[in-house]
Amino acid sequence: MAIRPILSTLRRHKTTALLVVLEIALTCAIVCNAVFLVSQRIERIHMPSGVAEHELIQVALAEIGAKPDEHARTLTDLAALRAIPGVTEVASVNQIPFGRSSNNSGIKLDPKQNKPTLNATNYFGENIGQTLGVQLVAGRLLQPEDYVSIKEASKAFKEGKLEGLPRLVVITEPMAQRLFPGQPALGKTIWLGSEVPLQIVGVVKHLVRPSIWNDAEAQYSMMVPMQVEDNQYLIRTAPGERERVLAAAIAAMKKNNPHRIFWQKRTWDEVRQRFFDGDRSMTGLLIGVCVALLVVTALGIVGLGSFWVAQRRRQIGVRRALGATRGHILRYFQTENFLLATIGIALGMVLAYGINLFLMVHYELPRLPAVYFPIGALALWLIGQAAVLGPAMRAAAVPPVVATRSV
Amino acid sequence: MFAYYLDLALRSLKRNKVLTALMVLAIAVGIGASMTTLTVMHLLSGDPLPGRSDKLFYAQVDDNPLPEKQTEPMDVMTYQSAMDLWSAHQADRQTIIVDSPVKLRAPDTTLPPLMPSMLSTTADFFAMFDVPFRYGGPWRAEDDAARSRVAIISSDLNDKLFGGANSVGRTLRLRETDVRIVGVLAPWRPSPRFYNIAGGRFSGGKTADYYGRPQDVFTPFSSALEINDGNFYQYSCWQLPPSPGHLQNAPCVWLAVWVQLDSPAKVASFRRFLDGYAAQQQALGRIARPQNTRLRNLVEWLDYQGVVPSDVRLQAWLAFGFLAICLFNTIGLLLAKFLRRGGEIGVRRALGASRGAIFQQCLVEAGMIGLLGGLGGLLLTLLGLSLVRRQPVAFADMVHLDARMFALTFALAIATSLLAGLLPALRASRVAPGLQLKTL
Repeated sequence: MAIRPILSTLRRHKTTALLVVLEIALTCAIVCNAVFLVSQRIERIHMPSGVAEHELIQVALAEIGAKPDEHARTLTDLAALRAIPGVTEVASVNQIPFGRSSNNSGIKLDPKQNKPTLNATNYFGENIGQTLGVQLVAGRLLQPEDYVSIKEASKAFKEGKLEGLPRLVVITEPMAQRLFPGQPALGKTIWLGSEVPLQIVGVVKHLVRPSIWNDAEAQYSMMVPMQVEDNQYLIRTAPGERERVLAAAIAAMKKNNPHRIFWQKRTWDEVRQRFFDGDRSMTGLLIGVCVALLVVTALGIVGLGSFWVAQRRRQIGVRRALGATRGHILRYFQTENFLLATIGIALGMVLAYGINLFLMVHYELPRLPAVYFPIGALALWLIGQAAVLGPAMRAAAVPPVVATRSV
Repeated sequence: MFAYYLDLALRSLKRNKVLTALMVLAIAVGIGASMTTLTVMHLLSGDPLPGRSDKLFYAQVDDNPLPEKQTEPMDVMTYQSAMDLWSAHQADRQTIIVDSPVKLRAPDTTLPPLMPSMLSTTADFFAMFDVPFRYGGPWRAEDDAARSRVAIISSDLNDKLFGGANSVGRTLRLRETDVRIVGVLAPWRPSPRFYNIAGGRFSGGKTADYYGRPQDVFTPFSSALEINDGNFYQYSCWQLPPSPGHLQNAPCVWLAVWVQLDSPAKVASFRRFLDGYAAQQQALGRIARPQNTRLRNLVEWLDYQGVVPSDVRLQAWLAFGFLAICLFNTIGLLLAKFLRRGGEIGVRRALGASRGAIFQQCLVEAGMIGLLGGLGGLLLTLLGLSLVRRQPVAFADMVHLDARMFALTFALAIATSLLAGLLPALRASRVAPGLQLKTL
């Protein structure tokens, strides 16, 4: 197919050709970035939690009036929960992965250090690792004899003694790699602030933190051997048993003390679902915008294509009279569109890169991977060809006899 | 002449319905997307207290006792600093703010207990922030001093507990304490809930929750410390609090302090007071960096905290990119449309129409497309906003189209279409009449 005649025709329609090119470029740039944003969000929604996702239930109750013997009450609650058939593990905890509020500490490698090396979240509660079902990669999980009560710990803390404070800790692999790059973390000591030294006895693969501020630090979690009595329980059971166990747990807790308020009673699937609600709706919106953009661009190409065909009816007739086949005419318009799309896509790539730079500065987004460029290009080529097909067919249908009229 | 152009435009639009529909649709979709996001932006980034916000200031003292290298002070204060600043009465009005969850029941109803968030503050809060009352009014400054067992409830809670009746004088039980209701608020929905925002600057733009409803119960700060002792949450601590939830004597920051300063002179004098206070506290050995005080006004504080969610800003950018594409699209289609009518334009020119007249005629046609697109855009905006209202975000219930945004929808649509029509109209008016007539 000869490209020269197409180019010389386009030169006579500079403005309209430029508009098509600009529209394709802008669409290409926005779609590349939007699709990248969607992939980022989807990756975030599937962030590993490191826990037995489909086996967990959270039950949290509200504080009742004056605090009675919390310790005794927690033990009664735990015993009642454990007695429910189908329950495999139970823990009284201070927070849950992907929860809303969190307890965090600055971690130092040396107590004299001015600023903490990193900030990690504290998971408290006897049996929490076993209940969550974390995956151990080195060492061991915390055992009942490692635990201290919160009362003991705060007394020791007030008196400035190490006796009574927790001594051991289990951390996640990403946190271990950040603290001790290239070295085994097992047996090393980290400091909670400048006061509490903790020896690492276990490393787990993942354990996501609640209220994630920065996705890069989402896995900085520790399990510290401290018992808590916060009226918040995690229950583990077989996936199919969750609904029944949850109902039984609520009944058991009500029986223990009817005056408490449940502020959370849900399976862990709901916890994850709620945590990523915002990301999910943003993903839907971005996909919607991409589709709308591509449709608008396609319609624009259809509109301009139809105009060009109508404008060149006589030339088409002349070409047909001089021996051009329908296929020639069809391919002429297809090639023309391909050329315009190619220029648009080339410009769009540069623009996409620019938008990505802007997003990197203002929204802390990573660099756009190169793989998005060919995908964007292919999408726009296909849409351009599909959009121009109708007008091109109409052009091909122009009979040669048109050439003889009104010349 | 304008009426004639309108008639011509209508005829021309009717002649090629598909092309007209495409142009109207492109403008409508672009306007719909832009106005939906612009309305949400307008709602979220507006001044929550217009006319007063420049007199309200958020005070900060760097309570950190350790000489760590940190550029900004913590977002909230220790009990000591907050009480010292508040009781000094150096501003026209001042208030301390903290919220905590509390168990609540109305003893003379059969409703199950609730677990609302309680805002504990001081008497000036209501006057400073223009809080509207339906029944009763704020408690008095003496109630703060006397730790009175009084409370003010939101209109929502009043509806829920008392069916919307005047509940002033009735009793609520907060945890174990009976409090007397002295006021019921009228519906109040500041956007954002500006008075207790902290930590927004670390939230990576996930700030939608700052647009939630105000708390349901308001109690004097001094009384709440006793009523809800043990249930206060720290923002941050330099050491574990000796007894959890009881933070008065702990090295923890948890309280916000707002002041009202009515004149620039008072602002300057309060700044001096704040610096003087910090210097004095350093001399006492309680804090390490006395020069690290801040006094931001309400709008500066919201900007500093970055309260507008980053997703909302991203959506606005996206929508305007979208509008730009729709604009290019319309330019192209209009150009096609006008130039196709070269013959008609040639005849008009030959019969004496000036270039200006042709230009005007084309713009009228473009403007009419804009008007139609604006109508479509309005419908799409309403659809878009109803979709936003169904999103699981805290500000969903506030989203609506007000009169200003309604007018802006049409202004934007017509401006877009005129802008799109400019180049095609210019080209059309340059058509050489002789050439066109020859080919007729």
